[in-house]
Amino acid sequence: MDFGAINPTILIASLMVAAVPIMLAALGELVVEKSGVLNLGVEGMMIIGAIAGFVTAVHTGSPVAGFAGGAVAGALLSLVFAFLTQFLLTNQVATGLALTLFGLGLSSLAGQGYNGIKPPATHAVPFGPLADIPFFGRVVFGHDWMVYASIALVALVWWVLRATRLGLVIRAVGENHEAAHSLGYKVNRIRLGCTVFGGAMAGLGGAYVSLVRVPQWTDGITAGAGWIALAIVVFASWKPWRVLIGAYLFGGITVLQLNLQAAGSRIPVEYLSMSPYLITILVLVIMSSGRGRAGLNAPAALGQNFHASR
Amino acid sequence: MNRRTLLASAALGLGLTLAGGAQAAGMDHVKACFVYVGPIGDGGYTYQHDQGRLALEKALGDKVETAYQESVPEGADAERVLTQMALSGCNIIFTTSFGYMDATNNVAAKFPNVMFEHATGYKREHPNVSTYNARFYEGRTVQGTIAGMVTKSNKIGYIGSFPIPEVIMGINAYYLAAKKVNPDVELSVIWAYTWFDPAKEADAAKAMIEQGVDVVAQHTDSTAPLAEAAKTGGKVIGFGQASDMAAYKPTPRVTSTIDNWGPYYIKRVQALLDGTYEQVDSWEGIASGEVEIGEITDALPPDVKAAAEKVRDEIASGALHSFTGPINKQDGSVWLTEGQTAPDGDLLSMNFYVEGIKGDIPQ
Repeated sequence: MDFGAINPTILIASLMVAAVPIMLAALGELVVEKSGVLNLGVEGMMIIGAIAGFVTAVHTGSPVAGFAGGAVAGALLSLVFAFLTQFLLTNQVATGLALTLFGLGLSSLAGQGYNGIKPPATHAVPFGPLADIPFFGRVVFGHDWMVYASIALVALVWWVLRATRLGLVIRAVGENHEAAHSLGYKVNRIRLGCTVFGGAMAGLGGAYVSLVRVPQWTDGITAGAGWIALAIVVFASWKPWRVLIGAYLFGGITVLQLNLQAAGSRIPVEYLSMSPYLITILVLVIMSSGRGRAGLNAPAALGQNFHASR
Repeated sequence: MNRRTLLASAALGLGLTLAGGAQAAGMDHVKACFVYVGPIGDGGYTYQHDQGRLALEKALGDKVETAYQESVPEGADAERVLTQMALSGCNIIFTTSFGYMDATNNVAAKFPNVMFEHATGYKREHPNVSTYNARFYEGRTVQGTIAGMVTKSNKIGYIGSFPIPEVIMGINAYYLAAKKVNPDVELSVIWAYTWFDPAKEADAAKAMIEQGVDVVAQHTDSTAPLAEAAKTGGKVIGFGQASDMAAYKPTPRVTSTIDNWGPYYIKRVQALLDGTYEQVDSWEGIASGEVEIGEITDALPPDVKAAAEKVRDEIASGALHSFTGPINKQDGSVWLTEGQTAPDGDLLSMNFYVEGIKGDIPQ
């Protein structure tokens, strides 16, 4: 195997960027699932976030406003899901899938006329001389602010879930909604809040794709990233820091395989292309072997609807 | 066979006979249908086919009615869509992607009075199936000339979609043209295994740029590689693929290969109206306008621009063929001898790199 032509500094720096969209979306979905809701509409919310963020950024000229617009649009779409599943008690799996299809169609409609336009650029945070330090300059101080924000959000979610009353309530609702209800917590409202948070995060991830990673709008731009995000939540066994590892691992292998190809590696392309997915499956198998659902750390009430009358 | 299916097939048979009767010589009105592999909003390949459809509507006015379906997967779904179109009264159906080849021929067997036109394929199993393609490799020769002259690192790149003859032909033409003007040039190829995945295309372009490639050609349909090249602030250039991709002018997009299907679509539907329609295998290039070279911008040095324009004009006049011998295959064996040009058959089944390209074609 020839790693000669591949510069590890650049590789790490670019995998950090490649991982941001799936990391944000997976982090949001983690909170949603922690509260006991399975929202398979991540892909739909991401792409709505991508187009809404793009349109907002183009019209306001501000990438920050674009990210905000993407988050709001993702949250609005997730509100549809929350209303259907929490108040009309529809099946979560079917509703989530429908949300993805709806999001893809709606984004295509909303994106008419936005092909071939360039959004305002999101620049790297100016760290001045720090960015010139070898290795660390590029890896730690050479990114745009969303890369840092995504890592900060992982820390925030971790802290909230682990150390705050709110986190405890969310986990209680996800583990045993009957018990949480009898303690006086409004199960459906808490789940609604979590779902909206998940939608906003997915929208943010989508906006990152259309504003930074690819910088343009084309139909179907997220190309399945939402499904990868869903897999990463399971991969991470519902733990925030493992989401970060999972996203970096997936982003890293994707970037590495393209770099290997460009460097003229002798490994057949087919193996390189399938490697990110193969390794994800492999890790999932290893992690779930010999242990039950509890060992996987899945929320006990995941995917179950709740109504106070039961 | 129970009574219900018997009745249904009788009705179907009757319908077919009636449709056949209206076909005789010439028609007053044609319904032309199009099947697209991607969304029209891809800004590239499918967008150009749709431009062709719009040109057809404009040229023939109320004598033609068009319908289309976007994002039809290549496979069983395509057959369902084609059957649906044939049953809904389409007189001629254009299937616009290589992967529809078998579906087109299968459905054509069932509807002998509907004309099928398959883009970029080679199977014409029934008299009502025609194929059409464009000599996109001619555009690659222009791009390769620019790449070879402009590159400072002597590393040029090509983002391939799938290892099919169409793409391999493009890679070889691009490399040969670059090597002709710059013997030290090295080509790196990345297979993306997709026609359309902006994030992946951007990553592929990024990987190349990080390894010193400063001219990125693409055989995938989105503008993402150009957007990635744009981030380097003029150090890396690329080319518009399928569509002009004018948003990235004057650099990184220094020229483009535009698929111009309008004239072909108009010609074929007109023939159907006139009653002169015949089965064809059409493969036109720069000369007839099916392959259009987009504006070569002033971001290039004047001598490069002049050389690229000269290549374009020579191909158009027939003075230059993209594959003119002596050319050896990658393994060193002789493919074309001095002065010999490549026969179309060799090109359409091309599964080898020419001498000098490193790496293997995935099998």
